[in-house]
Amino acid sequence: MITLLATWTFGLALALVALGVFVSYRLFSFPDITTDGSFTLGAVVTAGLIVAGHDPAVAMMAGMAAGAAAGVTTAVVHAFLGVEPLLAGILVSTALASVNLVALGRSNVPLGKATTLFNQVDRVLGPAVERFGVEPTVAGELGRAVFVLLVAAMAAALLYAFFRTRLGTAMRAGGDTPTMARALGRDTGLLTVGGLAISNALTAAAGGLVAQYQGFADVQMGIGMVVWGMASVFLGNALVGSAGLGTALMAAAAGSVTFRLLVATALRAGLDPDWLKAATAAVVLAALVAPRMFGSQRGKT
Amino acid sequence: MLDLDRATVQFHSPGGPAVRAVDGVSLHVPAGQFVVVIGTNGSGKSTLQGAIAGTVRLSSGRIAVAGHDITNWSQHARAGLVGRVFQDPRAGTAGSLSVLENLAVAACRGRFPGLGWATSRRLRDEAAARLGRIVPGLESRLDQPIGSMSGGQRQIVTLLMATWHRPELLLLDEHTAALDPAAADRVVRATAELIRAGRLTALMVTHSLAQAASLGDRLILVHRGRIELDVEGAAKRRLTADDLADRFDALRRTDQLDDAAARTLADLYI
Repeated sequence: MITLLATWTFGLALALVALGVFVSYRLFSFPDITTDGSFTLGAVVTAGLIVAGHDPAVAMMAGMAAGAAAGVTTAVVHAFLGVEPLLAGILVSTALASVNLVALGRSNVPLGKATTLFNQVDRVLGPAVERFGVEPTVAGELGRAVFVLLVAAMAAALLYAFFRTRLGTAMRAGGDTPTMARALGRDTGLLTVGGLAISNALTAAAGGLVAQYQGFADVQMGIGMVVWGMASVFLGNALVGSAGLGTALMAAAAGSVTFRLLVATALRAGLDPDWLKAATAAVVLAALVAPRMFGSQRGKT
Repeated sequence: MLDLDRATVQFHSPGGPAVRAVDGVSLHVPAGQFVVVIGTNGSGKSTLQGAIAGTVRLSSGRIAVAGHDITNWSQHARAGLVGRVFQDPRAGTAGSLSVLENLAVAACRGRFPGLGWATSRRLRDEAAARLGRIVPGLESRLDQPIGSMSGGQRQIVTLLMATWHRPELLLLDEHTAALDPAAADRVVRATAELIRAGRLTALMVTHSLAQAASLGDRLILVHRGRIELDVEGAAKRRLTADDLADRFDALRRTDQLDDAAARTLADLYI
C-alpha cells in the first residue's frame, strides 16, 4: 500500500515536469533539453535554501525562479541569438551542470533534519487522514499523496486559466503559427521567452518537490527528465486524448502518474533499474513513430 | 497613406551577381485607395509587399505608412499599422485555436493583450455578428478549431482578423492563389466588400488577370523589380484581362530578345 502511494506521489510530483514539457513541446513545438538542467536546478536551490534554514515554501519559490531564469536563457539564446532550439537547450543544460555542482558544493546533499514541506504536511494532513481510521504509517503517506495531488491540480488549473487569458492565448497562437502572431503584432521571441520561463519554473518545482520527498538533492537527478516529460505527454494523449486545452493538460498529468505506475510495475516484474532510462526512451520513440506507422496523425493541441 | 521612396531590395547569391528584386521603386498610395499589383514570376511583386510588411529588409530607400517612417520597424511593430492576409491559409490563423480564440488574438493587434479572459461574452457577440455578416452560418462555428475549416473559410476569418481593428494599410499577398475557384471567388467578394465598407487602403498582389482587371481603383504592373505600368481612374476601368495578357506577352518577348542579345554578346566577347 505504502509503495503504491509512494509511486503515486512521485508520479504526481513529476506531473509538473509533464505540464512543463506540455507547454514547451506541445504549445511551442520546442524540444527543450533545459528541462534536465532546470529539474536539478530546482532541487539544488530548494534543498540548499532548506538546509540553510529557510522556509521550505520560500525555498521552492526560489527554485522555481531559478528554473524560470534557465528557461529564459534558453529562449533568449534561441530567439534572439538565432541558435537552434535543441542546441540552445543543450548549451544551457550543459552550463547548468556546472552551476548545479557549484551551487550544491558537492554531488549530493541530504536534507537531514531540516524542515521540508512534507514534514509540515505530515503535521497537518497526517492527523487529519488518521481521523478517518487509517493506520498512522499509511496516513502519513496518504497525506503526502493528497498534498502533491493538490499541488499538481493547482498547477494545472493555473496553467489552464493563464492560457485562456488574452496574453496566454496570444502565446498559444505564437507557438502554433508564428507568422500569424507576428502579423498581429506579437513579438514571437518574447512569447517564447515567456513560455519557456513557465515551463522550466514548473520543472524546477518538480525538482524541489522530489528533493524534499526523497530527502536529498543530487546533481544527477535531472538526467532524462525531458524524455520523461514527453513520455507522459504522449501517454496521456493516448489515454485521455487532447481535445481542448483542459483535457490536454489533465492528460499530461495523468500520463505522468500512469507512466510512473508502469515503471513501478516493470521494476517489480524484474526490470533491471539500470535499464529504466533506456526503456523510457524506447516508449517515447514508439509514441513518436507509431502514429506514422499506423497512418493516423493526431492533431496538435 | 503608403509612401515608398526609392525602395530597393538587393539579394546576394553566393558567387553570383547581386540581384535587385525591387529596384528603386517610388510609390504614393493615398488613403482609401485599393491597389492591385500584378507581375510575372520573379518580378519582385511579393518582395515589394514583404518589404512593406517587414519580412524583407530594404537595402536602401524608405517606407512610410500613415506618416510613420517604418523602414527600420520590426514585423510585429508594423502590425500596429498594417493588416495582412497570406497566400497560405495556415500561415494567417493558428490551427489548434478555435475561431473565436483566433479572433481574440486579432482583437489585440498592435496593443498589449493583458490578462483579461480572451474569449469574453462581448467578443463572442461581436465576432458572431461580424462573421455572420460576411458568411452567414459561419458564426455558429466560433468554438471549432480553425484547423478543421476549409481553406476558403480560413481566409475569410483571416480577412476579418486583419481588419478587426481598421488597419492603416491592408496587405493581401495572393490570398486566393491556394484556393479552388469557387472558394477564391467567395474570398474575393468578401475582400472587396470589406475594403469598400471600411474604406480601407489596400495593396493586393494577385496572379489572376481577371481579378486584376475587375478589382481595385488602381493597377500596378511590376516587372524586373520596377513599376512597368501604373494606371488608375478611367484608364484602370477600361482595362480588360485580355489587355493585361497582351501586356504580359509583350514583356516576355522583350525579355527573350534581351536574353538573346545578351547571349550573342557573351558568345562574341567572352
